[in-house]
Amino acid sequence: MTTIGVTRTTLLKDLLMEWRSKDAINSMLFFALLVVVIFSFAFNPTAEESRRIAGGLIWVAFLFAAVVALNQTWARELRNQVLDAYRVSPAPPNALFLAKAIGNFFFVVVLEALMAPLFVVFYDLRSVGPVWQLIVVALLGTWALVVNGTFFAALSIRTRSREIMLPLILFPISIPALLAMVDATTSILTGEASPDFWIKMLAVYDVVFTAVCLLLFESVLNAE
Amino acid sequence: MKQLFIAFVVLTLGLLAFSTYQALFVAPTEQTMGDVQRIFYYHVPSAWTAGVCFFVNFLASVVYLWKRNLASDALAAASAEVGVTFCTIVLITGPIWARPVWGIWWTWDARLTTTLVLWLIYVSYLVLRRFSAGGQTQVLAAALAIFGFVDVPIVYMSIRWFRTQHPSPVMGGGENSGLDPAMLHAFFWNLAAFTCVGIVLMVVRYRLQMLEEKVEATHAAAALQGDSR
Repeated sequence: MTTIGVTRTTLLKDLLMEWRSKDAINSMLFFALLVVVIFSFAFNPTAEESRRIAGGLIWVAFLFAAVVALNQTWARELRNQVLDAYRVSPAPPNALFLAKAIGNFFFVVVLEALMAPLFVVFYDLRSVGPVWQLIVVALLGTWALVVNGTFFAALSIRTRSREIMLPLILFPISIPALLAMVDATTSILTGEASPDFWIKMLAVYDVVFTAVCLLLFESVLNAE
Repeated sequence: MKQLFIAFVVLTLGLLAFSTYQALFVAPTEQTMGDVQRIFYYHVPSAWTAGVCFFVNFLASVVYLWKRNLASDALAAASAEVGVTFCTIVLITGPIWARPVWGIWWTWDARLTTTLVLWLIYVSYLVLRRFSAGGQTQVLAAALAIFGFVDVPIVYMSIRWFRTQHPSPVMGGGENSGLDPAMLHAFFWNLAAFTCVGIVLMVVRYRLQMLEEKVEATHAAAALQGDSR
């Protein structure tokens, strides 16, 4: 029972369940759409302004949508005592974590891919900087949110008020990553500054927190 | 041990009284800012004490995950609470000072924002402790504490960079740039006093936490006894 084998199996299970029900994707998509529309009432930007603020709006919308998905994927494990079954099995805990994290990453990336054209339409966005940089920022940033989010969702699933606990503990820790994502996106869209530092910082953040999550997940899973 | 602690408390109170006297009466009035600058003698030592407390929290959390003993968890809980208290003092005294001197209550520069984020992280730690159930609390909280502490240098780095890109409207001259020796004197007394106050509060809170755990354990044992009869 290798880590990779278990990870792959669990990941495929999650993806298959999601494909059949489309719970997480649908709720995330609709929530993100609502956030975008509400922001457009709040800000009502011109094309020039929109390039400046779009970075922030996009990532706030994705952050909230990601939280929706994160809660759901762990809640799934609580039904039918699946999580307990996993704990007593000899399967390595990190495999479960990686599978959940990669699954969540996949869902959020799909969401971003679907929402991006919508943002372009609603805010009349045209990027001054190269688009491939936006994709790099999106991937690194999404992993930063998802890796911490998956860990904290596992943490908060055992508390009272579990739905509100996740944002409460995730957002403060994610602030540097959010800052990096927003500023990098704005820099690329407006073409006014180089996003290099932010991309490097996101990479560092990803590496550091993936390591910390992998180190601590076993303790959290078996905490009781 | 208890007498030693009581002696330490008395010493701390004396130190606090002396340093307050130093700060308010002995230290010279600042040239440009006037008396409002005296907040500095509370603001900076509070920040230092908060930092010490959060570091203690980090160490205690690591030790807890390693050894799983009650004492380190109790110390983690105690130091987080005391640290948040001092951090709150920093965040309140700062704007009180800033308003007359800078003309604004708040600015999103590196230090202020990092302090705010630090406060947010440790408040979320306290929320997690409050909301999690029974035996899990300790492990979950310890894990979060490690995340929080690891995050702090990253936060500072990122906001520093952010602020060099977007400089804030007010650049305070920095009251630490060359402190008059008479002020330095008062400052160090206050630093010592606040650190001692922090230690006293942590020890008291730690004892309280240990007692609470013991009471809970006794209740649990009694309940189990009752069931088996």
